[in-house]
Amino acid sequence: MSSSPARLVAEELTLGYERRIVAENLSVAVPDGGFTAIVGPNACGKSTLLRALARLLSPKAGTVVLDGRAAGDHPPKDFARQVGLLPQTASAPDGITVRELVGRGRFPHQAWWRPSTSEDAAAVDLALEQTDTTALADRRVDELSGGQRQRVWVAMALAQQAGILLLDEPTTFLDIAHQVELMDLFAALNRRGVTVVAVLHDLNHAARYASHVIAMRDGQIRASGVAREVVTAHLVEEVFGLRCVVIDDPETGTPLVVPRAPSL
Amino acid sequence: MTTLLRTRLTTALLLTVALLAAIVTLGFGDYPMSVSQVVRALVDPSTGFDHTVVVEWRLPRVVSALLVGACLGVSGAIFQSLTANPLGSPDVIGFSTGAYTGALIAMTVLGLGLGGATVGAIVGGLGTAAIVYVLAFRQGVLGFRLVVVGVGVTAMMSALNTWLLMRAQLEVALGAAIWGAGSFSLTNATDAWVLGGTLLLATATLRAVAPSLRQLELGDDTSRAHGVRVEPARLALLVIGVVLVAVPTALVGPIAFIALAAPQVAARITRSAGLPLIASAAVGALVLVLADGVAQHALPGGVPVGTVTVVIGGCYLVWLLAAETRRR
Repeated sequence: MSSSPARLVAEELTLGYERRIVAENLSVAVPDGGFTAIVGPNACGKSTLLRALARLLSPKAGTVVLDGRAAGDHPPKDFARQVGLLPQTASAPDGITVRELVGRGRFPHQAWWRPSTSEDAAAVDLALEQTDTTALADRRVDELSGGQRQRVWVAMALAQQAGILLLDEPTTFLDIAHQVELMDLFAALNRRGVTVVAVLHDLNHAARYASHVIAMRDGQIRASGVAREVVTAHLVEEVFGLRCVVIDDPETGTPLVVPRAPSL
Repeated sequence: MTTLLRTRLTTALLLTVALLAAIVTLGFGDYPMSVSQVVRALVDPSTGFDHTVVVEWRLPRVVSALLVGACLGVSGAIFQSLTANPLGSPDVIGFSTGAYTGALIAMTVLGLGLGGATVGAIVGGLGTAAIVYVLAFRQGVLGFRLVVVGVGVTAMMSALNTWLLMRAQLEVALGAAIWGAGSFSLTNATDAWVLGGTLLLATATLRAVAPSLRQLELGDDTSRAHGVRVEPARLALLVIGVVLVAVPTALVGPIAFIALAAPQVAARITRSAGLPLIASAAVGALVLVLADGVAQHALPGGVPVGTVTVVIGGCYLVWLLAAETRRR
């Protein structure tokens, strides 16, 4: 996978907020058609990197490049048609229905003089179907459970119909069944050709679902490659400071991180 | 689809009720007329005196009330959406107080008349809005900071206003205080045309920016991810919101609480997603026409409409705060 050409590339980024520098000299190529997971301990800069890739944060130095052209040089709506994002926090206006909310993901395809088209309606229907939320379409978003609501936000990102989908900790706050359900959904989307980049908290999710893992610590990339090469006992200890053994996942054969019990 | 249809139907209904209320109000006064008389007088110039009373004497005031209400309603909906806060209306975040400051300076310091007060109000309002915007700007303007800074600036402006009134001559202070209460008693046909033009222009511009407003409701990150140019869009919306409150305030004085209450009432009636612009205009128009009817005809001596809206608004604010507290 890592040999495939990359549409989205970060070149020597310096990232930060106001005067605080979070990461320096970051270079990343997102393998096209792959499922990339960005992992690392809290405050390692992984979400910051994703925000830069999504154009939410402009780098202090370096460039994010999409299709050979600096991200900032793409008109915002053109960029949004190529790169979608599921942010960590989003708010739904009071009383909005699921279908309306998902429809707002069509914004980059619309213009004020040419509002909703049948193409938009078809994209919304497809997004609802892919996320298994068709039955919820006329419900109000504020009546839904946490798991349902997260699927609706995913549907909104899908309605954008971008070839590259960025996910910022998409399974946080969900129980384990909903987490797995959502990860399976992202894997299915990836098989259908969507390039997925996800910041993940759970190393085992990364190892199981991702074709490419980027491990970060202190604003630097410590390792990058296929899961089997990156998720090793040595690296987990180096990046997370966690002593562990890595065994084969009995279901999938992918690496599975098992923390060591404290030695007595 | 059903929710959208319901929103459209209730919006149409609200607009109709506002127009009906205006027609009924046209019949009130020293020369009372029935609804059918009013309608005939409106469409048929040969009704003579009736036509003069309705079209020349009463219509400018009622139409102005409708238009000012609509402008304030839309302005409130824009500000409250941008700040994501039901308290984030232009009167709460300093605009009206700043407009009053401008008018007071024009009248009491520069010794200008009502025309000067109009210009002063626009300058004062826009200046205050600019100060609030700059003070609240920190890598973009966030809703909560805008409200807090606005409340702070409002408090300072109020103090300044009191001082300006205290040091003015009695007659000047009296005139300024009446302007400050907000009244339609001096509005004429020109005012109505200016208001109509403002609303038309703002509506046309809003057609282009409203989709961005709907995106901003989802948060800045989502808006950017969808390709919204967040800061330019927010600035454009702020400008439209400020114009929609500046022009009415300059013409009739600050009228409280319409911008605060109309969007929330409209959202509850139409059960729309977010704050509806057109329905807010309809509710604003309806409430202000009724309030002016009460101010002019139901209260002895005819009080400025601003005092009526303050009373309605005070009740509304108590209810809003109580409802918000219960929700927590």
